[in-house]
Amino acid sequence: MLNTADILETINMIRAEKLDIRTVTMGISLFDCISDDKDRLLARVYDKITRSAKDLVRVCEQMEIEYCIPIINKRISVTPAAFVGGSLSSEEFVMLAKTLDRAAKELGVNFIGGFGAMVQKGMTVGADHLIDAIPEALACTERVCSSVNVATTKAGINMDAVRRMGEVVKKTAYLTRDRDSIGCAKLVVFANIPEDNPFMAGAVHGIGEPDTVINVGVSGPGVVASAVKRAGDCDFGTLADTIKKIAFKITRVGQLIAYEASRRLNVPYGIVDLSLAPTPAQGDSVAHILEGMGLERCGTHGTTAALALLNDAVKKGGVMASSHVGGLSGAFIPVSEDAGMINAVEKGTLTIEKLEAMTAVCSVGLDMIAVPGDTSAATVSALIADEIAIGVINQKTTAVRVIPVCGKGVGESVEFGGLLGYAPIMPMHKESSEAFIARGGRIPAPIHSLKN
Amino acid sequence: MKAVVTVIGADSVGIIALVSGECARMGANILDISQSVMREYFAMIMLVDIQELTTSFADFSETLHKLGEERSLDIRVMHEDIFNSMHRI
Repeated sequence: MLNTADILETINMIRAEKLDIRTVTMGISLFDCISDDKDRLLARVYDKITRSAKDLVRVCEQMEIEYCIPIINKRISVTPAAFVGGSLSSEEFVMLAKTLDRAAKELGVNFIGGFGAMVQKGMTVGADHLIDAIPEALACTERVCSSVNVATTKAGINMDAVRRMGEVVKKTAYLTRDRDSIGCAKLVVFANIPEDNPFMAGAVHGIGEPDTVINVGVSGPGVVASAVKRAGDCDFGTLADTIKKIAFKITRVGQLIAYEASRRLNVPYGIVDLSLAPTPAQGDSVAHILEGMGLERCGTHGTTAALALLNDAVKKGGVMASSHVGGLSGAFIPVSEDAGMINAVEKGTLTIEKLEAMTAVCSVGLDMIAVPGDTSAATVSALIADEIAIGVINQKTTAVRVIPVCGKGVGESVEFGGLLGYAPIMPMHKESSEAFIARGGRIPAPIHSLKN
Repeated sequence: MKAVVTVIGADSVGIIALVSGECARMGANILDISQSVMREYFAMIMLVDIQELTTSFADFSETLHKLGEERSLDIRVMHEDIFNSMHRI
């Protein structure tokens, strides 16, 4: 029989430490939906998605019961819309977004990702129209998520796109001003976007992916935090080892769910994403893991080193637990979705500059950060440019999901509800970056991109 | 197919009888049973064969869960694969 202590450990992880499967995301290619007739394209998209994922929610709910582990989100990612609707006008792209939204509602999935484009080197007419459509599309839909890749290590940074995305973020904030600019929570600007990421808002189904695929994102900050606490005053080697072991166990559950979902849905298994994804719930915070390592509060000196250790140990533990690892795989540091981060921002310990430094050693970037509504588009673009540069130079994924909350300023906070949490508004520098952003063109690819 | 039934909560008379009786009624064959106290929990663990279950897995799980709720016990039924995956290489 199974070891009693092992069984109780698993149950304790789920019961007390909030271990869950954060998302089972089905990737669906929309390339076979392309048509020169807009109505036919929309009908094919709706039909392909609802047909391919018709059993997704049911199968996930069945697994939740059998394995007694919550699968928090069931989601869909699709081929970036700019590739599928290359001939659509901006208005027609908004109709495509509404079609995606309708399909998501029909299936009962809470988000559908892929209303996006890849413009790291330049913009096609389709991508141009799509980017124009993003603010309206995010304002009039509920479940559609958008991501735009503006840079890669190979191509450099498309600064024209960075400038445009600053304006798009501002306009999205304005169009959803009656709901605390929530549209921006569904919009991510990427460098080196992964094509198999199961997490929102950045999930897309890349062009090299199979027709359909199952990707799974695990979670478990609470489990890691408890393990760190139990490890006590050990040295860093032992601490890293403790995290590795627990990450292995967490990932094994993700692997099981990915394998079973794939088998039951008869859809190929893609990857398990090893990310530690926090939620606003107490005991499910990445910041609390860092604090458990001996920092009085997240954001103080030592935070970047602590996060670097955590991120690396999670990967090392997880990689052996899964046959295919991918997506973002690391620790997420979304401010509004992490009780410890929220507290650290409120106390003034965690600043945007420190968050930026932290993103150099973890998986994503400036995530779910609320800033004053009067922040200019050029300043948003400059914030994006800084973060994207970190990704490009370090050959890693970085991203920005920033919310300039219309009508609100420093000292106020914003409540998004659910997994998106709440965020205190963080101050931005007042000095202008206007002339820098206005230059346009591309920042060339770094020298180390020339590896061939 | 095997499942692990865990009962966690405060100790009281008749827990094993209660759970095993319900298992028998629904056609779950008890293969192994153990009881221990770990951290703050009293825990009973049963390995059951559910091949001949007279009801669905979901119903079996739900029935035991409700039975537990009436006595302030946390009763869970989990497919054994989750434990095998997590603790065995």
